[in-house]
Amino acid sequence: MDLITLWFWLIALTFTLYFFLEGFDFGVDILRPFLAKTEAEERALVGTIGPFWDGNEVWAIAAAGVMFSTFPVWYGTLFSGLYPVFVIILLSLLMRGVSFEYRNQVDQPRWRAFWDWMSFLGSLLPSFFWGLTMAKLIEGLPVNAEERVVGGFLDVFTPFSVVGGLATLLLFMLHGANFLLLRLHTDTVLYTRARAAALFWGALATVAILAFVVMGYVTEGLFNSFGVGPWLFPLAAGLTLGSIWFGLTTRRDVFAFLMSSLTIVFSIVTIFIALYTRQIVLPSTLDAAFNLGLRESASQPYTLRLMTWVGGIFLPLIIGYQIWNYYVFRERVRPDEGGLNKGYD
Amino acid sequence: MDFDVLGLSRFQFASTSIFHFFFVSLTVGLAFLIAVMEGIAYFRKDKAHIYSNMTNFFGHLFLINFAVGVVTGIVQEFQFGMNWSQYSKFVGNIFGVPLALEVLMAFFLESTFIALWWFGKDRLRPVVRLASIWLVAIGTQISAFWIVLANGWMHRPVGYEVVGDQAFLTDFSAVVFNYKAWLYFLHVQGSAWTVAAFLVLGISAYHLLRRQDVEVFSRSLRIGLVFGAIGTVFSATSGHRAAQVARYDQPMKFAAMEAQWETSTSPAPWSAVAIINESERRNDFNVEIPYLGSLLAYNRPVGNYEGMIPLQEQYEEQYGPGNYIPPVTWVYWNFRIMVGLGVILLLAAFGGVYLWWRKRGGLNDTRWYLRLLLLTIPMPWIANFCGWITTEMGRQPFMVYGLLTTSQGVSANSFGEVFVGLVGLWVVYLALIGLDIYLLTVTARAGVHHKPEAQMVAAPAPNYAGEGFQEYDRRN
Repeated sequence: MDLITLWFWLIALTFTLYFFLEGFDFGVDILRPFLAKTEAEERALVGTIGPFWDGNEVWAIAAAGVMFSTFPVWYGTLFSGLYPVFVIILLSLLMRGVSFEYRNQVDQPRWRAFWDWMSFLGSLLPSFFWGLTMAKLIEGLPVNAEERVVGGFLDVFTPFSVVGGLATLLLFMLHGANFLLLRLHTDTVLYTRARAAALFWGALATVAILAFVVMGYVTEGLFNSFGVGPWLFPLAAGLTLGSIWFGLTTRRDVFAFLMSSLTIVFSIVTIFIALYTRQIVLPSTLDAAFNLGLRESASQPYTLRLMTWVGGIFLPLIIGYQIWNYYVFRERVRPDEGGLNKGYD
Repeated sequence: MDFDVLGLSRFQFASTSIFHFFFVSLTVGLAFLIAVMEGIAYFRKDKAHIYSNMTNFFGHLFLINFAVGVVTGIVQEFQFGMNWSQYSKFVGNIFGVPLALEVLMAFFLESTFIALWWFGKDRLRPVVRLASIWLVAIGTQISAFWIVLANGWMHRPVGYEVVGDQAFLTDFSAVVFNYKAWLYFLHVQGSAWTVAAFLVLGISAYHLLRRQDVEVFSRSLRIGLVFGAIGTVFSATSGHRAAQVARYDQPMKFAAMEAQWETSTSPAPWSAVAIINESERRNDFNVEIPYLGSLLAYNRPVGNYEGMIPLQEQYEEQYGPGNYIPPVTWVYWNFRIMVGLGVILLLAAFGGVYLWWRKRGGLNDTRWYLRLLLLTIPMPWIANFCGWITTEMGRQPFMVYGLLTTSQGVSANSFGEVFVGLVGLWVVYLALIGLDIYLLTVTARAGVHHKPEAQMVAAPAPNYAGEGFQEYDRRN
C-alpha cells in the first residue's frame, strides 16, 4: 500500500471514529427531550456523555486537519463547495459546545430550557448535515474545470442527500439510545424509556438506511464499481443493523451497542470503498473530466511520509488515553439524589 | 476594504481569529497558573485546603472559558477550506502539517484530560489528577506552538519549493526552526501568561479589597504577580526583537509601524504621534523623539531604515505592479496602543513585586494598588488584539509573504453565502462573548465558597458501595 492509499484510509478512519463516537453523544442529546421528564433525569442524561463529548468532537477537527495536510485539494474543494452546510454545522457545534457548561450556571428553568434547546438543535443539525455531506461525497458536487464548485445552497438538497442525512440522523439516535442502555442504571425508569426509544427509532433508522442503499444502487451507481469483495461491507452493515433488533429484544445491551457501532463503521467504510474503487475523491456533476482524482488531490510524498510518522506515533496514543477516559467514568448513572453533584466540590 | 467576497472573507477571518483568541489567550495562560496552583496544593500538605480551594475557584473560571475556546477553534480550522480554498490548495502540503500536528498532539490531550481532571475528583488518585492538569497545560502550549508556527510560516515562508500551482515542503526542520515563528511563539506565550496573570490579579484584588477569603486570595495574588512579571518581560523582549526582525524580513511592515514614508535619517527619530495622510503618502503631523528610532531598531543610537515609498518601488520590481503599502494608519496606531498598554502592564507587575518585597503582608492592604489591578484586567486583551491587527494588516497585500496575495487565496464563494455566514457567526460570537464575560464576572464575584447549584454533571455517583472508590478519598 502506498502512502496516498494509506492516508486515504486514515482519513476514513478518523471520519469513522468521529461518527462512531460523536454519533452516540449526538444521539443522547437528540433523545434527551423525549426521554427526560424531570430536571434530575435531564442531568443524568447529560451526565452519561459529560466527560466524553469534548474528546469525541475533536475527531471532526482531526478529520479536517488530516484532510488539509494530506489531501489539500480535496479539503479545499469540499469545504468551500459545501460552504453553507459547514456554516450550519459550525454554528450548531458552537452553541452545543457551550450548552453543557452554561446550562447549570444560572439557576433558572428558562435559562436551562434555552440551553437544552441549543444542545438538541446543536446535535440534530450536525447529524443531518454530516450525513448529507457523506452522501454528497458519493453523489458529487458541481465542480468546474478550476476545481471550484458552482451552484447555490438549495442545490445541495437532492433526494439522495436528504435521505442520507435522515438515515444518519436516525442511526445516531438509535446509537445514542443503545449507548444509554450501557450508561444508565438498569433499574431506573429512564433505562426503560431508552430501550423503547431504541426500538422505535431503530425501526425508522432501518427504513431510512435501506432507502439510502436502494437509492444509491439505483440512481447513484454507488455500487457499480464494487467487485465481489467490497460487497461484503454493505452486506455486513445490513446484517449488523438487523441484529440490533435481536440484541434489544433479548436484552443484550452490549451486543446491541456493538452492532450499532459496527453498522456505522461498515456504512462509512462502504462510502469510502465507493470512492476508492472509482479512484475519485469527489465526482463532478458537471463533467466527468472535472472529477477530483484520488492521486491528483493528495500531498506530495515528503509531506505524506512526515504525516505517517506523526500519525503512527500519536493516533494509537490518542486512542489509548481516550479508552482510559471511558474506563475511568465507566460506572452507570442514576438520576436520584446525592450523586449528581459529585463531580464538583 | 471593499465589501466583496474577498473583503467579507477577510473580515470573517479576522473576526473569527480575534474572537477565538479572546478565549484562547486566557486558556493558554490560565492552564499553567492552575497547574502550578494544583502542584502547590499537592506538595504543601499543610496548606492543601487553601490551594485546592484556589484551584477549584480558578478552575471553574477556566472551564467556563475553555468550552468557548474549543468551539471557536473548530471555526478557525474549517475556515481555511471554506473561505480560503485556493490558499489551502496552494500551501496545504506545508501549512496543513502543523495544523494536523496541533490536533493530534494537543487538542485530544486537552479535551480528554480536562474531563479527567475536573470530573475525576472522586475517582482518580491526587497524583493522577495533578498529572492530568499538567497535561492540559502542556497541551495548550503545544497547541499555541503549532498554530503560531503555521502563522509564522505565512510571514516568513521557509523550507518550500513552488512546483506548478502548489508549494511543496522540502525541509520540515526549516519550518520548525523558523526564527520568526519562534519569536511569535514567545510573544504569544508571554502575552497569554499576561492575560491570565492580570485576570487572577484583578480577581484577587477584588476580594482582598473586600477582605474576603484573604488566605486564598493573598496567595493567588502572589502567584499572579510572579506570572505577570514573567509574562510581561517575555512579551516585551520578544516583541521588541520581533519588530527588529521585521525591519529586515518584512521591511514594509516595519516602515508602516513607524509611518516612515521616505527612508529615515541616521540616527533615526521615533514617531510618537502622527497624523497619517495615506492618499498623499506623507504625514500631516508628526511628533518625533530623536535617536529613539535607531535605538529601537538596532539597540544602538545609529542606523537608518527604509521608507515605504522606496520600498514600494522595490516591491514592484520584485513582484510586479500593485500596491504593496498596507493600511498604514491601522498598523501605526494599533502598534502604539499595544506597546503603551504593554508598558503599563510591565510597570504594574513589577510595581507589585516591589511592594511585595518592601511590605510583605502589607501588600494585601495597599488599597490603591489593588484598585489599580482591577483596572488592568482588560488591558492585556486589548493589547493582544492590537498586536494581531498590527502584524496581520502589516503583511498585506500578502497572505504568504512574497508568495501569495490575499486576493489569490480566497474561495470562489458567492457573496450571499459568505455574507449570511458572516452574520450568523457574528450573532453567535457576540452572544458567546457576552455570556462568557457575564458568567466569568458572576463566578469571580461570588468567590471561593460559592457552588453553582450543579456543575456540569459528569458520570454521577458511583453508586455501588465498597467497590474500591473509597480509597481515592480526597485528601482534604
